[in-house]
Amino acid sequence: MSEYIIETIRNGFFETIHMTVFASVFAYIVGLPLGIILYATAKGRILENKPVNFIIGLIVNIGRSLPFLILLVLLIPVTRFITGSSIGTTASIVPLTIGAIPIVARMVESSLCEVQPGIIEAATSMGASPVYVIVHFVLPEATPSLLLGAAINIATILGYSAMAGVIGGGGLGAIALQYGYYRYQKDVLWVTVASLVVMVMIIQEAGIWISKRVRK
Amino acid sequence: MANVFTLDNVSKIYKNDGKEFLALKDVSLEIEEGEIFGIIGMSGAGKSTLVRTLNRLEDISSGTVSFYDTDLATCSPSKIRKVRREIAMIFQSFNLLNQRSVLSNVMQPLRIAGVPAGQRKEKALEMLRVVGLEDKKNQFPSRLSGGQRQRVAIARALAGDPKVLLCDEATSALDPKMTGEILDLIKEINRTRGLTTVIITHEMSIVEKICDRVAIIDNGHLAEVGEVKEIFRAPKSSAARKLVFPSNPFDPSSKDSRLVRIAFDGLEASRPFIAELVEQTGRKVNILSANTKSVGGVGYGQMVVELPKDKEDQEIVLDFFTKNGLSVSEVERV
Repeated sequence: MSEYIIETIRNGFFETIHMTVFASVFAYIVGLPLGIILYATAKGRILENKPVNFIIGLIVNIGRSLPFLILLVLLIPVTRFITGSSIGTTASIVPLTIGAIPIVARMVESSLCEVQPGIIEAATSMGASPVYVIVHFVLPEATPSLLLGAAINIATILGYSAMAGVIGGGGLGAIALQYGYYRYQKDVLWVTVASLVVMVMIIQEAGIWISKRVRK
Repeated sequence: MANVFTLDNVSKIYKNDGKEFLALKDVSLEIEEGEIFGIIGMSGAGKSTLVRTLNRLEDISSGTVSFYDTDLATCSPSKIRKVRREIAMIFQSFNLLNQRSVLSNVMQPLRIAGVPAGQRKEKALEMLRVVGLEDKKNQFPSRLSGGQRQRVAIARALAGDPKVLLCDEATSALDPKMTGEILDLIKEINRTRGLTTVIITHEMSIVEKICDRVAIIDNGHLAEVGEVKEIFRAPKSSAARKLVFPSNPFDPSSKDSRLVRIAFDGLEASRPFIAELVEQTGRKVNILSANTKSVGGVGYGQMVVELPKDKEDQEIVLDFFTKNGLSVSEVERV
């Protein structure tokens, strides 16, 4: 491989990290509260609310059922509006975030559902308000599970970021596509794919490790 | 003495998929200040629902539940939260936060009540001393035994200086030794602090051990309520008899023999009672089951005996029992 390619792969590596980190952070900023609302408004939960739960559940399900590649294309006008461009690393963060929000929301919801109902009952019997129960009882109890879910989500976002290469996003995915696929440079293809595999493994193992450390 | 709780014709109906299920029907009872009040029933009888109406974890369908002079049904959400701070509760599954230290768990009710941080810690440590777990303050619940976890839960319950302690099957997940320890602790707290305590259980032995009065719940109905001693001596309802009588006596020797249960209540413990029966009347009985204990030299407990076959002999034996101040009741054959 030439110096140039190695340099390109190195840049692609950082671009992938850049996209994954920002998209993950933004996806959690929106997805975490959505997940909490989905959890709390479900039937039999502390803030049961059928209409709210139905509407958010519907939006999340629609978001999750759209193939990410389609979402990428559909969101081009939105991306252009927000970032001023529809190509490049920064622009990819928009569809990545929007694509990841429903996934994050469902993952958060399922983590919260694992919390023993007895804990909520105990908190309520102490005179805690529903919001207090969620913030001081449910979320701390669910933390190890939330962290494990986060590792899975970040790895998913990393995988999605590679797809963004198709519509002009940056990162390792774009390099694999351009050099490995269009130019038949098998060595580039293998190096980029291997890097992605290693990154996913690191994220997953780190997630498991942190979750274990946090779980008391 | 004032009533802590007054229940008046309380009913609770669950609606599920259009089907109605009557969990409580016209329950009326009073729980007095300072007593240990037991609520006993088979599983599914409605006792867990009943205790949850006391702090409105369950809304009722009709009737009224009053805590002192407050009608719980009419409380606003913020008012009911204030009331709940006066009514502490412990659970079968402890319900501690596993991700928080013992100390932090005990501080929770104080935090909810808005007590300043410094005072929270002091108070929590004091409560851990009461339950004898001060040295575990920095441990996490997962490192503790079941009995220790329930002690932490008791410390947590006491931290907010409640007026009542509700115990929902608090010892059902514990082994007999730990059950005994927890019951002793609850009794001690009741005596030293005058804390009114409501105990939900399905075990008569727990009621016998620490309760002053007991309500027997059967199929959502209040079958019987009264002094434990009194119900134990002479249970009136069939639900009470089922609970009081030993569940599994030996089978009688023949199908048509007559079984009676005799209850000891204050008989001198050292008296060889059955031997006296044989000596004085010359009639023999077959002991199928016995559960007696001596409390301060006085015998308490019960025995199921099979009477002699002859009708006349039976009368002589029964006569001997009643003359000696024992209460006798027929055992229903299952």
